[in-house]
Amino acid sequence: MIMNEEIIIAGFGGQGVLSMGQILCYGGVMQNKEVSWFPSYGPEMRGGTANCTAIISDEKISSPILNTYDTAIVLNQPSMNKFEDGIRPGGLLIYEINGITRKPKRDDINICQIAAYDESVKMKNTKIFNMIVIGGFLKVKPILEVENVIKGLEKVLPERYHHLIPLNKEAIQRGIGIISYERKLN
Amino acid sequence: MKELRLMKGNEALAEAAIRAGADAYFGYPITPQSEIIEYLMAQNTEERTGMAVLQAESEIAAINMVYGAAGCGKKAITSSSSPGISLKQEGLSYIAGAELPCVVVNITRGGPGLGTIQPSQSDYFQAVKGGGHGDYKLIVLAPATVQETVDYVKLAFDLAFKYRNPVMILSDGIIGQMMEKVELFEQIPRSDKEYDWATLGKKPGKDHVIITSLQLQPEEQEKVNLRLQEKYREVEKNEVRYEAYNTEDAEYMFVAYGSCGRITQKAMEMAREKGYKAGLIRPQTLYPFPVEIINKVAGQVKRILTVEMNTGQMVEDVRLAVGGKIPVDYYGRFGGMIPSPDEILNAFEQKGG
Amino acid sequence: MAENLIKPENLVYDKTKVLTDRVLHYCPGCGHSTTHRMLAEAIDELGIQGETIGIAPVGCSVLAYYYFDVDMTEAAHGRAPAVATGIKRVLPDKYVFTYQGDGDLAAIGTAETIHACNRGENFLIVFINNGIYGMTGGQMAPTTLENMKSTTSPRGRDVKTMGSPLKISELVASLPGTYYVARHSVHTPANARKTKRAFKKALEYQKEKKGTCLIEVVSNCPSNWKMTPIESNKWMEENMFPFYSLGDIKAPK
Repeated sequence: MIMNEEIIIAGFGGQGVLSMGQILCYGGVMQNKEVSWFPSYGPEMRGGTANCTAIISDEKISSPILNTYDTAIVLNQPSMNKFEDGIRPGGLLIYEINGITRKPKRDDINICQIAAYDESVKMKNTKIFNMIVIGGFLKVKPILEVENVIKGLEKVLPERYHHLIPLNKEAIQRGIGIISYERKLN
Repeated sequence: MKELRLMKGNEALAEAAIRAGADAYFGYPITPQSEIIEYLMAQNTEERTGMAVLQAESEIAAINMVYGAAGCGKKAITSSSSPGISLKQEGLSYIAGAELPCVVVNITRGGPGLGTIQPSQSDYFQAVKGGGHGDYKLIVLAPATVQETVDYVKLAFDLAFKYRNPVMILSDGIIGQMMEKVELFEQIPRSDKEYDWATLGKKPGKDHVIITSLQLQPEEQEKVNLRLQEKYREVEKNEVRYEAYNTEDAEYMFVAYGSCGRITQKAMEMAREKGYKAGLIRPQTLYPFPVEIINKVAGQVKRILTVEMNTGQMVEDVRLAVGGKIPVDYYGRFGGMIPSPDEILNAFEQKGG
Repeated sequence: MAENLIKPENLVYDKTKVLTDRVLHYCPGCGHSTTHRMLAEAIDELGIQGETIGIAPVGCSVLAYYYFDVDMTEAAHGRAPAVATGIKRVLPDKYVFTYQGDGDLAAIGTAETIHACNRGENFLIVFINNGIYGMTGGQMAPTTLENMKSTTSPRGRDVKTMGSPLKISELVASLPGTYYVARHSVHTPANARKTKRAFKKALEYQKEKKGTCLIEVVSNCPSNWKMTPIESNKWMEENMFPFYSLGDIKAPK
């Protein structure tokens, strides 16, 4: 079966939203997939919400910009409000528990929650919050090998931070461990 | 060994300029393309290839620095976004008039005026019809992917020197800001070729070189205009580039370029899934425009729909190419809004499939 | 056939080979011609004709590229320092000069002038200041003196509404990027020789990559000042020099 995964990742600037998309895409490159990444840019970047579209596919990607998605990863309430409706029926919503004040309302999609922020606090490094979320995503949608995502991370991270790679690996594993279904369609 | 990287369009463009053997970049920061000069500065090009990179005091100064360097027969490039490109028009007219090679990148945003910083294709007319004063043309390349952006930088320099004419890469904020997988070409060494038309210092026994676009006598100016027109006819004959999808059996044809061409491709695929025999022509050169293929498919399809991120500019060139044979409709979003594939499909169905 | 009187034994002065044989289009008595000659002689005496690239402006000297027998580029109005920057950045070992009038350099091209000087671009800016737009027919220039009449200040320059005459040389002299800034004239043989010496010094500094050199030549405009050449020189001495005083403005010790 041909894999084509269209993902929107959204949250506050500084949550690592844009780099999550980049890391997934670079992971895709490592696994010989076609990829595209498109960020929101401009005034909304400065302190407001940020989002990016990441597409990972077995085939050449036509449009890099979408208004419906296979997966939405939302890290704050404004992003939930903005992107919940764009998830295709049967698609996936992953949300971060601490960022959300209102639960999702859709009943035709799979919904997962992840307490990534709490976990990052337990790991004593909140900067790896986004890697925990990536781990959770890969558990539910194993479209890429974790190993390739790590290789992708090595490309995205400047070399002076490469000593942090084992910690990031650990974060992915934690994410895989803690993500849970709120609703799973049959 | 192929070198595959995941790169942002703007950064890939900057890297391609270095690898194309560019001698100089002059530019002024403006969203959404400032990554180009930032990348070049970070690369320390002076050490890497000897390429000069300078942040100019203005868009106007930047294009005139390009004019100076181009007049020395060097590979010079500048980049900006819509309002900045408007400021460069005088310089572009001089460069075209003096018949010098250079590459100008426009990572377009919505307008008019200061407009928005979001992607747009509203500079189509400015790019393909001249832009500045006087009768001249730019060769205009419209990449749709980061890979094409990289490849077109090299192509742009080749065409600029082949025809001694400014070449514009007309891209937009989508392609500039998005990241894709790219294969980079190998470093081309900077050239030390000395062109006889270039100002390099007067050679003994030779006339001094003059670079100018000024003709005092109208008879002389007319000759220059005729020579330019001859050149443009050559360009039209040799340099048309486009991608065509499903032209063999198409009953309906989309025409769209750049990032919008990709979004329209998705809409075309969706139309196919719904049973419409739809095809797509994506011009890769906007000047010269792919007149011939559009005229040919007009004899085969029922309708054409152009999709643009402006209020309807390229549609005029499509209609000229079609010559009234069949209806040509337009659909677009503008002002920084991007049409979605669903919207395009919807417009396609509303216009009668 | 008349006998050629010019023989080597009685030849005392000759046209420099750095000027072409083309007849200058400048008005009789205008300082442009002499300034051209002084600059050409300076280039000739330094033996750098084949190493020099000049930039002509828009204004009366728009056709300077016909007269200097060096490689020349014609720039858009005010943009000569940007064009020179482009040339110098790709050919750092060539000698580059711009030749600009007051409107070109100090009005429409002020930004290019200031920023080239501020970057300390290694080229020579030759600045002809005659306080008027000559080419377009006598309009007010940024350097037009207070109360001086022009076609766009017919009752004289009113500094309250039109601004004061701009001393651009003093302005750029305050920038760290400039190395040598001087103001001269070419209305007498002695002054013309001083101007030539200034040009030579500036070109030598350029070779040593010392920074930007700007030589202002305060000049006349008999046609638009509506005076004879002699009257115009006298008027210049009496009115221009007190405001635009001659001599070094910034010179290396």
